[in-house]
Formats: sequence, C-alpha cells, structure tokens
Amino acid sequence: MANENKANNQPLPTVSAADFAPVDINQHESEVIKRESLTAWRDTWERLRSNKVAMGGLVVLVIIILGAIFGPLIAQLTHGYNYKSNDLSATNQPPSSLHWFGTDDLGRDMFVRTWMGARISLIIGLAAAMIDLIIGVIYGGIMGYFGGRVDTVMNKFSEILYAIPYLLVTILLLVVLKPSLGTIILALTITGWINMSWIVRGEIMKLKNREYVLASRSMGAGTGRLLFRHLLPNASGPIIVTLTLSVPNAIFAESFLSFLGLGVQAPISSLGSMVENALTGWMFFPWRMLFPAVLISVIMLAFNLLGDGLRDALDPSLKNK
Amino acid sequence: MARYITSKFLYTLLSLFILITATFFLMKAIPGDPFMSEKAVPAPIRERLEAQYGLDKPEIVQYVNYLGNIVQGDLGISMKKLNQEVSHIIGQTFGVSLKLGLIAVVVSTIIGVALGLLAALYHRKMIDSVVMVLAVLGIAVPSFVLASLIQYVFGLKLDLFPITGLKSALGYVLPVAALSAQPIAFIARLTRSSMLEVLHADYIKTAKAKGLKWPAILWKHVIRNGILPVVTYIGPMTANVITGSVVIERIFGIGGIGKVYVDSITNRDYTMIMGITLFYGIILMFARFVTDIVYVLVDPRIKLTSSKEG
Repeated sequence: MANENKANNQPLPTVSAADFAPVDINQHESEVIKRESLTAWRDTWERLRSNKVAMGGLVVLVIIILGAIFGPLIAQLTHGYNYKSNDLSATNQPPSSLHWFGTDDLGRDMFVRTWMGARISLIIGLAAAMIDLIIGVIYGGIMGYFGGRVDTVMNKFSEILYAIPYLLVTILLLVVLKPSLGTIILALTITGWINMSWIVRGEIMKLKNREYVLASRSMGAGTGRLLFRHLLPNASGPIIVTLTLSVPNAIFAESFLSFLGLGVQAPISSLGSMVENALTGWMFFPWRMLFPAVLISVIMLAFNLLGDGLRDALDPSLKNK
Repeated sequence: MARYITSKFLYTLLSLFILITATFFLMKAIPGDPFMSEKAVPAPIRERLEAQYGLDKPEIVQYVNYLGNIVQGDLGISMKKLNQEVSHIIGQTFGVSLKLGLIAVVVSTIIGVALGLLAALYHRKMIDSVVMVLAVLGIAVPSFVLASLIQYVFGLKLDLFPITGLKSALGYVLPVAALSAQPIAFIARLTRSSMLEVLHADYIKTAKAKGLKWPAILWKHVIRNGILPVVTYIGPMTANVITGSVVIERIFGIGGIGKVYVDSITNRDYTMIMGITLFYGIILMFARFVTDIVYVLVDPRIKLTSSKEG
C-alpha cells in the first residue's frame, strides 16, 4: 500500500488517447482450439514417436516378434524342416541357401532353432513380466493403499525375501524342479515381483492423498473403485516402464540359466543354450555362436531402448537421468 | 546409528536363515538319496552309512544339525567327489575367483566413474553420446556373449591375449574385460546422472563465485558429491561380478569357484550346489549389508528414519 501511494505521487508521463489502440477481443476466436486436444496416452505416444532411438527399438522388437512367430514356419514351408529334424550328413554347415544360418553339431537347421530360441526367450520374458506385474500390483497396491502396520509387515517381508539373491533362488529351484517352460517362469517370478510391488507401493502412497481421491471417496467410492479407477491408472506410467525393463531382465536370467544347463531342455532350443552349445566348436564354426548371440543382444538392447524411451515419454521431467 | 546397523544386521541374518532353510528342504525334496547307486547297497551297510551322516534321525533333528554345521562352517561332503568337504573345495578355489572379481570391481569402478564424469562434463557433446551408447550396449549384451566374442576376436583372430587360463598377467585382460563391461556401463550411467545434478547445484556456483579454480571445484565439490550414488551399486556389482564369473570362468577355462559351481550343476552334485549357493548368498547379503551401512555413513543427508523408503 505504502509503495502504491508513493508511486502515485510521482509525476506521470503524459499519454494521449491516440497512444492506445483497441485490442480486438473476438470471443469466438479465443475459444478456437488451435491444436488438437490430446489424451494423456496420445501425448505420450507423440513424445515416444519423436524419440528415434526408442522407436528404433520398437521397430526392431516388432520385427523380432514377427520372426519368432513366422521364422520357423517359413523354413518349414520352404525347406521342410523343424527345430528338431536333423541331418547327420550335414553337421556344422556354414550358412548357405539350404540352411540360412548354417547347421549345428547334430545337423539341425540354425535358422529354425534361432527363431525358436527367440520365441522361447520372448515367451518366458513376457510371461514372467506379466506375472510380476499381477503379483506386484496386488501386493504393492495393498501395501500402499492400506499403509500403517499392514504396510510395515508386508514391506519387511518383501525386503527379507528381496535380500536373497535372485539368480541363486532360481538356480536352487531349477536344480530341484524339472526344468520346463512352466518351472522356469515360476522360478523367475518367485522373487521377481518384489521390485514391481515397491514401485506400485510408492506410487499409490503418493497418489492416495490427492484431492481427486478424496473427492471420489467423499462421493462414496469403495476401495475397489478407488484403486482401479483412480490410483492404478494414474500410477500406470512407472508401472509400464518397470514392466518394459523387467522383460529383458527375465530374458537375460533365462539365457543365463540355459547357459548353465538349467533352462528349457533339448531338443527345444533357447538362445542361451545355443550359445552354450556353440562354445565347444566356435573356433571352427563361429556362425553357430554368432546368430543366437547377436539375436539375444539385440532383443535385450531393443527392450532397454524402448524402456528408456517410454520413461522419457511418460515422465519428461526424468529426461537425461 | 548403532540401532540402524543392528536392525539391518538382524534382517540380513533373517534372510540368510530363510535361504538356509530353503536349501535344506529343497535337498530333502530331491528324489533319491546320497547312497543310491547302480549297485544295491545292502541294508546293514546303508543303515550304518545313514547313522554316520545322521540321516536316520527325524527331519527336524537333521535340520537343527544342518543349521549347527553351517554356523561352524561345515557345508557337508560332496556327493560326487568322494570324501571331499564342500567347504574345503570352496576354500581351494575361491582365491582364484576372488582375485579375478576384485580386479574386475576395481577396474569397473575406475573406468565407470571416469566415463560417467567425462560424459557429464561434456554433456550433450560427442563424448557424452559415445559414452551413453557404450553404456546401453554394455547393459544389453549378456556377459557370456561378450566373453565369447572378445575371446574369438582378441584371443583367436588377433592373437593378442591368451584364450584360456590365468597363467600370465595378460591372461587376466579378457576375463576382466568381460566381467567389468556391465558394471562399467551401470556405473557410468549412475555417475553421469549424479554428476549432472551436482554440476547444476548451487554450491558449485558458490564455489565458482568465490574464485575457486576449476580443478579444485571438480575435485572437492563435484566428484566427492557426485560419486555417492556409486556406493549404492556395491551390492548389485558384487552380484553382477559373481554371476558373471560363473559363466566367464567356464568360457575362459579358469579353475575358480564359479567353474566348480557350473560343474556341480551339470553333475547334479547337490551338496556342492547347495554349499556354493549358500556361500554366494552369504557374500551377496553381506555386500548388500555393507552397502546400506556405507551409504548412510558417507551421505549425512540421509535420515535414518526414512530408510524404509524404496
């Protein structure tokens, strides 16, 4: 107030009416929507699409998924062999028109086996990630939503479990259980969900005190509605990023287990077991190592790039972290 | 602080106890027993054998004995290597792996921090992009793939380094490179993002404003603060190096504990698998415990009350 009075005492510069021009306020024009209004998901998608590296990862992934689905079929139709048909007169063949990726020590076609291996890796990676998601969302949702003593007990429990090294638990389980697709996924998920549950817990804790949750609750929304209509959709960003980045982890773990001989059992191929199998003769038959090794690296790379891109797209404030 | 350490320690013990219990009951779940062989063992001999190893007692007594033995460092006897104690074999082979692992940890830390710092100082420049591409590759390429690749290129084709064994100093180059690639990538990313944050902090501006020379700012303020998150990586790095060395020892034909582990898995030498798993478990949990403690010690900003978060 005092300042204002002081300012009023200063002599004002003289201005005439001609110095002013009317600003034409057109009510209709100000209401015109200049840019298409985007939903949150569209916005995310636009940001992701402008990220060339992440899109590269996505495109590569789509190609690999198509290869995993149709690759073995193509070879079956054009050449007539599947992943276990072998030709002992044609072992360790280099790549040719007959065997695009060459053959292994038992004369099995590497093209079919590599894509079959990619199929197994992708199935295991995606299935493990989905199970982690389901358990993690339920467990983390309960911890975050109820808080208090429930949270303390459940959180301590998950911390104690988490302290047991992940790969050791999976190795132990697979030594005892017979390795198969199901037991591998079980072994990978038995402590794999904990990270996801912590992400969900943190998000729900942050979100549950927001006004819109209070508003919804005051209008009589129950726990289920609050969780599934308000809390989880708003927490979906970090959940999706964690999900995308947990797929390559599971794929790596599976290939590591296969490398130890604890993965899917022959004659089914897996990228890890193919690399391990190629170790015995790769000095002379490098292609047996090359194709599965490159493919597994590319899958891991693509998922990592896509995950990083998704994180930037969903939360631009995290960019360059 | 003492209370924090005690509680962390107790929780670590609890996790370890769960792992031990799991190994015991998984061992019991395996079909067959140690005395099964092609030749049928006569009943009296079997009874004496079982009595000698305490297998005639109820499971709960066996379990208590098992716990007691582990506390005393006795991990049982190998099922495949006759009359060899698991702890003895671990003692024999661990030295090689430890040396390899320690070299890898030191190399990863130095190179990782250096790369991360460079990337942060030359943010959005050429060096930054190169380091980030390398980091993504390092994280994505599995260690066994990298190991086979560099063995082929540098060992076989270029003949620069020995392909197998650790007989000379040169022999360490390839295994250490394969072991450190992933930790280097993680550390470089961690260091870069934390250094970037530090470089924009107010105290750096203050240091500049008061006329401190740039090398002094870099050393006293940037590096000392920016290196903190790397401490959190001690635990995961130990895990990385251990799991890495399991495969790398096999690829490079190094007779360390990792190779024994792979062999025992292949031979289904159950006591050996469980023994080494427990041994690895103890190391990894200890590494995590140390990480928790060191992090609180070096960063006074962390409030102990909020240690529950994350």
